[in-house]
Amino acid sequence: MIERDLVIVGAGPAGMAAALSAYEHGVRDILLLERDQYLGGILNQCVHTGFGLDYFKEVLTGPEYAGRFIKKIRAVKDIELSLRSFVVSLTKDKVLTYLKPGGLVQIKAGALIMATGAREKTREMIPIAGTRPAGIFSAGLAQKLINIEGLLPGREVVIVGSGDIGLIMARRFTLEGAKVKGVVEIQKETRGLTRNVVQCVEDFDIPFYLKHKITRIYGRDRVEKVGVAQVDENFNEIAGSRFDITCDTVLISVGLIPENELLEMAGVELDKKTNVPIAKEVNKTSIDGVFVCGNACKIYDLADSVTRDSELAGRMAAEYIKKQ
Amino acid sequence: MIKQLTCIECPVGCSLAADIENCRVVKVSGNKCPRGEAYAVSEIENPVRVLTSAVLSRGLDLKMVPARTDKPIPKAKLYEAMEALKKICVTQPLAAGDVIVPDFLGIGVDLIATREAGQVKI
Ligand SMILES: Cc1cc2nc3c(=O)[nH]c(=O)nc-3n(C[C@H](O)[C@H](O)[C@H](O)COP(=O)(O)OP(=O)(O)OC[C@H]3O[C@@H](n4cnc5c(N)ncnc54)[C@H](O)[C@@H]3O)c2cc1C
Ligand code: SF4
Repeated sequence: MIERDLVIVGAGPAGMAAALSAYEHGVRDILLLERDQYLGGILNQCVHTGFGLDYFKEVLTGPEYAGRFIKKIRAVKDIELSLRSFVVSLTKDKVLTYLKPGGLVQIKAGALIMATGAREKTREMIPIAGTRPAGIFSAGLAQKLINIEGLLPGREVVIVGSGDIGLIMARRFTLEGAKVKGVVEIQKETRGLTRNVVQCVEDFDIPFYLKHKITRIYGRDRVEKVGVAQVDENFNEIAGSRFDITCDTVLISVGLIPENELLEMAGVELDKKTNVPIAKEVNKTSIDGVFVCGNACKIYDLADSVTRDSELAGRMAAEYIKKQ
Repeated sequence: MIKQLTCIECPVGCSLAADIENCRVVKVSGNKCPRGEAYAVSEIENPVRVLTSAVLSRGLDLKMVPARTDKPIPKAKLYEAMEALKKICVTQPLAAGDVIVPDFLGIGVDLIATREAGQVKI
């Protein structure tokens, strides 16, 4: 079996920063695996500004932020890039299997960094009663449809939850000519950044219902309306507060969850609730030589912090390799 | 008159108080850095935003090319800018930072690409 000093899974900001940092710390045999056909991860669909202020002291969009690292990665020939390479299994001995055009490959890694990112929590993870019509999307999927595919998935939209992606999508739909009829958040404060409430919701006079919840989704084939109610401190519905909002689309923006099935497969200890690897130090896992960074390690608000912590993961992996 | 604002220049999101006299900001407080003051003045006297979106492409490896204005534009022009943006279709390969439309809307800002788009590989 082919052995590589360092294998990194995922080429979002985390994987790219880890690869560059490992190289800077002396590793000369690096394989970067990415299932997509592009580098950059989720940043490619985050076309809004709000990246890089901390790391580059500049205001950048997601693709611009990713582009800076893509340029650097391409310039380092010791980092071998393998795109359209989907890792499907991992063992505790750091043996990876991945699918790529032309076949199935198995390799053994001296050290491994998992940078597989996060996925969005879905409607199934929060209890909402009602039917299951078309027109219910996670906010990130809607973001992908609009910014990558050029499709507008709805005309009259209600957003459930006030995570940053949902707030950003409130503005995006509005600018695209759709009507965002409300953002409904069960907590008394937004889950996103205040700046996003200002520039994505208040700027466009979108109703923001704090301490409210969706009681039901109505519609047979397509979403027709949602029921909304105010809640008390214990999140129980306040009697008589119910009202309906007609809409054809519901976006769910209730947070992210680390994508760590491969680590689980390898027997790494994960927190059952948050899916975060349990370890004494940041970027480590319960298996020696298996590191984790970016949103797979914990959910970050800012890509800039992902980059910094992932650079640390790259260095830790380099030190581990040196000791072997 | 005192107007309360939230600074959107960085993730800190300071609460600002702008003291306004005759439509002009005379004093700003609550800002943790000088950018907050500049933001408050601009927000009261001439609110601006950077427009970010994506434009259609033909013959390139991206269906949509993400784009933004290279400088902030008046908030009141955002919808007009989106209308203009929907009529654009790029056909030539671009690098991030390349100008898609110079002097966009005739207001002295350029519309630039934020991601490289290459020829479709056959
Ligand atoms: C929809 C969405 C929108 C977001 N919007 C913002 C925002 O506006 N601003 C902000 O600061 N942050 C935003 N975030 C947070 C953002 O995820 C982080 O800031 C940062 O991009 C995380 O980087 P990452 O490299 O850990 O993950 P990602 O960028 O998700 O990269 C993970 C990469 O791993 C690859 N991968 C996963 N599994 C495998 C496998 N088995 N085999 C091979 N490759 C694999 C994926 O294809 C992907 O390219 C958003 C997150 C999501 C999910
Ligand atoms: S005043 Fe400065 S620190 Fe405060 S939000 Fe604005 S830019 Fe950030």
